[in-house]
Amino acid sequence: MNTPLSWIKAYVPDLKAEPQEFGDAMTMSGTKVESYVRLDKNLEKIVVGQIESIEKHPDADKLVICQVNVGTETIQIVTGAPNVFVGAKVPVVLVGGKVAGGHDGGPLPEDGIKIKKGKLRGVPSFGMMCSIEELGSSREMYPDAPEEGIYIMKEDAPIGADAVELLGLRDSVFEYEITSNRVDCFSVIGIAREAAATFGLPFYPPVPEAKGNGEDVHDYVEVEVKDDELCPRYCARMVKNIKIGPSPEWMQRRLAACGIRPINNLVDITNYVMEEYGQPMHAFDYDTIAGHKIVVKRAEDGDTFQTLDGQMRNLDHDILMICDAEKEIGIAGIMGGENSKITDDIKTVLFEAACFDGTNIRLSSKRLGMRTDASGKFEKGLDPNNAEDAINRACQLVEELGCGEVVGGMVDHYPVKRQPSRVKFEPDRINQLLGTDISREDMLETFRKLDLEYDAETEEVVAPTFRQDLNCGADLAEEVARIFCYEKIPMTLPSGEATAGKKTFKQRIEDIAKDVAEYNGYSEAMTYSFESPKVFEKLRLTPDNPMRQAITIMNPLGEDYSIMRTSALNGMLTSLATNYNRRNKGVRLYELGNIYLPKALPLTELPDERMQLMFGFYGSGDFYDMKGVVEEFFDKIGMSGKVTYDPSQKKEFLHPGRQADIIYGGKCVGFLGEVHPDVADNYGIGDRPYVADIDMPSILEFATFDRKYEGIARFPALTRDISMTIEKDVTVGKLEEIIEKKGGKLLEHCSLFDVYEGSQIKEGFKSVAFSLSFRAKDRTLADTEVNEIMEKILNALKEIGAELRA
Amino acid sequence: MKEKLEGIKKEALALIENADKMDKLNEVKVAYLGKKGQLTALLKGMKNIAPEERPAFGQMVNEVRSHLENVLDEKKTALAKAAREAQMKAECIDVTLPARKQAAGHRHPNHVALDEVERIFIGMGYEVVEGPEVEYDYYNFEALNIPANHPAKDEQDTFYITDKILLRTQTSPVQVRTMEKHPLPIRMIAPGRVFRSDEVDATHSPSFHQIEGMVIDKNITFADLKGTLQQFAKEMFGEDTKVKFRPHHFPFTEPSAEVDVTCFKCHGKGCRFCKGEGWIEILGCGMIHPRVLEMSGIDPNEYSGFAFGVGLERIALLKYEIDDMRLLYENDIRFLKQF
Repeated sequence: MNTPLSWIKAYVPDLKAEPQEFGDAMTMSGTKVESYVRLDKNLEKIVVGQIESIEKHPDADKLVICQVNVGTETIQIVTGAPNVFVGAKVPVVLVGGKVAGGHDGGPLPEDGIKIKKGKLRGVPSFGMMCSIEELGSSREMYPDAPEEGIYIMKEDAPIGADAVELLGLRDSVFEYEITSNRVDCFSVIGIAREAAATFGLPFYPPVPEAKGNGEDVHDYVEVEVKDDELCPRYCARMVKNIKIGPSPEWMQRRLAACGIRPINNLVDITNYVMEEYGQPMHAFDYDTIAGHKIVVKRAEDGDTFQTLDGQMRNLDHDILMICDAEKEIGIAGIMGGENSKITDDIKTVLFEAACFDGTNIRLSSKRLGMRTDASGKFEKGLDPNNAEDAINRACQLVEELGCGEVVGGMVDHYPVKRQPSRVKFEPDRINQLLGTDISREDMLETFRKLDLEYDAETEEVVAPTFRQDLNCGADLAEEVARIFCYEKIPMTLPSGEATAGKKTFKQRIEDIAKDVAEYNGYSEAMTYSFESPKVFEKLRLTPDNPMRQAITIMNPLGEDYSIMRTSALNGMLTSLATNYNRRNKGVRLYELGNIYLPKALPLTELPDERMQLMFGFYGSGDFYDMKGVVEEFFDKIGMSGKVTYDPSQKKEFLHPGRQADIIYGGKCVGFLGEVHPDVADNYGIGDRPYVADIDMPSILEFATFDRKYEGIARFPALTRDISMTIEKDVTVGKLEEIIEKKGGKLLEHCSLFDVYEGSQIKEGFKSVAFSLSFRAKDRTLADTEVNEIMEKILNALKEIGAELRA
Repeated sequence: MKEKLEGIKKEALALIENADKMDKLNEVKVAYLGKKGQLTALLKGMKNIAPEERPAFGQMVNEVRSHLENVLDEKKTALAKAAREAQMKAECIDVTLPARKQAAGHRHPNHVALDEVERIFIGMGYEVVEGPEVEYDYYNFEALNIPANHPAKDEQDTFYITDKILLRTQTSPVQVRTMEKHPLPIRMIAPGRVFRSDEVDATHSPSFHQIEGMVIDKNITFADLKGTLQQFAKEMFGEDTKVKFRPHHFPFTEPSAEVDVTCFKCHGKGCRFCKGEGWIEILGCGMIHPRVLEMSGIDPNEYSGFAFGVGLERIALLKYEIDDMRLLYENDIRFLKQF
């Protein structure tokens, strides 16, 4: 919403605030000012001058030398403007003054252009006559300005007077951000009312009165509304003997300041009223209306209609149409028809000011793909009581501007009159909610300022229908608070019962995951929750892989963001690829984020959102580094039991020989491995990436913060080494399992210290060596005891084909 | 004998004085004080002295012995000290050689900021709660006083999965879920991911984060909301931070406000960060709408509350001077390393 401050001041004449002060105060009372532009920015020392004589420049064909009377003196100005003439009154910037821009109308320089005494081809010049562009404006706002040359002012402009003031440029245009609940403020009157309340000044809105001739409009036109729900009110008035011409300057400038191009008196009046009252109006050529009858009804599915911009539109049954006795002549609240639009030779006009259902207009304009100034207003849900004032105001302006003869009376279809809402006034509760101590009288005064009435008998505040947002006590509290000023409300802290600030167990485990990841050199990544269905192919997923069961977004931003991820892999690999492509070396990332697993597709209930801890790296390191991070994390969250690794699952996105499911407490809690080289290729990672994924909900049941001190061993340990050759296929895990089983309670520790394949070891075999340590809690172990255990271990190893080495 | 003793003493002292290494000192010790040393030999030769002089002579020998022992010890200490000093000098290193680090990873700037927010509110007695990212229309809109056909529900803003299920556009549904389940009073914050169908550019992302906050108790006032958020702003952005509450409109709060803080770069003077305003908008808030309380089964006549919602990225971008939102989701290590 853009509005010149002068228009507001027209209805709040006592308002003297400067633009900055005005803007700040309006923002603080709830009408947020986005920005404002001073129209007189960089316009300094500009007065009305009259050209007294013109002579040719001796050395330049295109220049002339003018003697210009600027009141206090007559000065010489050299100009190249083609349109100067003796007697012309022109804006003159004196030496030492400033103009806003160049005559080409390009972007305005921040500090304007300073005017100095100069010489043009040897002839001294003391100032400059200005074009409208140099004054920072345009022919949009001043249609009377010449296409090229100096702006010629009115003949009655007093010589030496402030030209900026005379041109109406001592003004500022404000842009407001109006919230959706304040439909009334999408109008000059609404903002002026707020301004009056904010500054505590009297408010004088226009009083719309159109006398009309002695005739009755009902004799000319009939209105039938077939859908009262979609059209709660329809007002129509008529103007005969139209005299089309330009509207007056003041109206043109106000419209231009609002960003609306002036066209002619009739169109300008409807636009002017739309800005002033927030009520869109439409003007039909009465002579094109068949049967002189207006019918408001829904379109039929499949109908087409040509709007006044010449486009054909496809209609449906939910679109409301304005029709005459025979045909459709406009899409209600959105755009009129080509067949009834007003032309320059119009004789009689039918004005429409109606109220249409906001939601219907919004949905229709969306389906039609046409959002117009009118639909933008209607879709907010207008006050039907405003339509009458608006149409009368339009007719009043017609009379004032002498552009036609208004027919008496108004056709009004308004079956159910909208009533003001009534809200119980409870000052104590308002103070209690705000934490203030505002008197009852001050509150009532606030309501008066806002044109809200008070019914002392019922103790109710009566909100006029343009304030559809006031429905409960809290709404009244806001009115009091914002006019009283939010700044004046004290600052306190909640009293009452103390509460314990805390994180949940899950959140604490996640915090530890981050800490462990980070001290292991992994940095935190963040990726989108949605991705492309193409990732299934990139990850080489088989057609029956359950990861393909992804939730689809109905209205995605595009295919690349159309499904909810079922794995955090793609995000990780994409991030690694970004780094690889940018030649970052040795990158380690982790992410804690949800995946979304549907219980059934299509969704009937919310999916299972599972937090994943995903690690990924490329560069130095291998499978066992990744495994180390996983185990360190488990250790830190009290998962001190044995972690085992199952290599048999063969996930298609991982290297078949370098992957494992992570098993804890008999449950699969995640996986890790080297990324399959085909997948790495698909992502463009020319290195060997490793990933690990931990399903956080699965480990929550094992994680614990309970710790118990088990004492520090007091008796010495005995150590034994075992070295063997064994078939390559037998895993170290399997050997450990045997050793641990046979070693029993006295085996404190079994650690691998060598694995070797190659020369000296026969084909298909490997050499493996462990260091074992035995200890008892209550005594020093004897060699013989340990020897017995070792015997059992060695025998068991022999059984699976181990050849023991000395 | 006496002369001999003096001679031995002089000789030994000279040797001690001249010893420049520990083993030489040991040699002197053995030669003069040892079992087979000269002093012992001298004592053994006492039989040649008149018996009445023996005690005096014995005492003289012992005095010489203890004197030599003392001198020897001193010399020993001095030598050890000199040796240690020499070692220290030899072991001098160049402390400007590069450090050897563990190369710890870095936290995402969003979470660095979030950790800070959580720390502040946990300190004020708030629980950190969570809710689903894929959410029912009811919780995201209806229960927050955004009825069907409200413009905010337009498809252009919201990602829908089905008619009734969507990607939450705000963390506010967690308010409703908490009100439904949590015993009163409530003090909570709910950080999390939210989604809106905005095309990706320097200032927009279809996925971003909010932190919702809510307090419900008896006698909670707008003044409490102001005080709480001022405290938060001071902790988050510095003690001299001021807050400004401007009236605004949200369907689920009444009265509602937008909150500006004094620009934490220029402290309110006006700079390019705050576009010369001196203020930066950081959050929306208000008193929970009585209808919202009611819908969640809380009696608005007995209880009142406030709620606020902060854009996490907004804070992270401003606080760390990140000029392009896309950087947050690229995960370039050169970016992440700076936090």
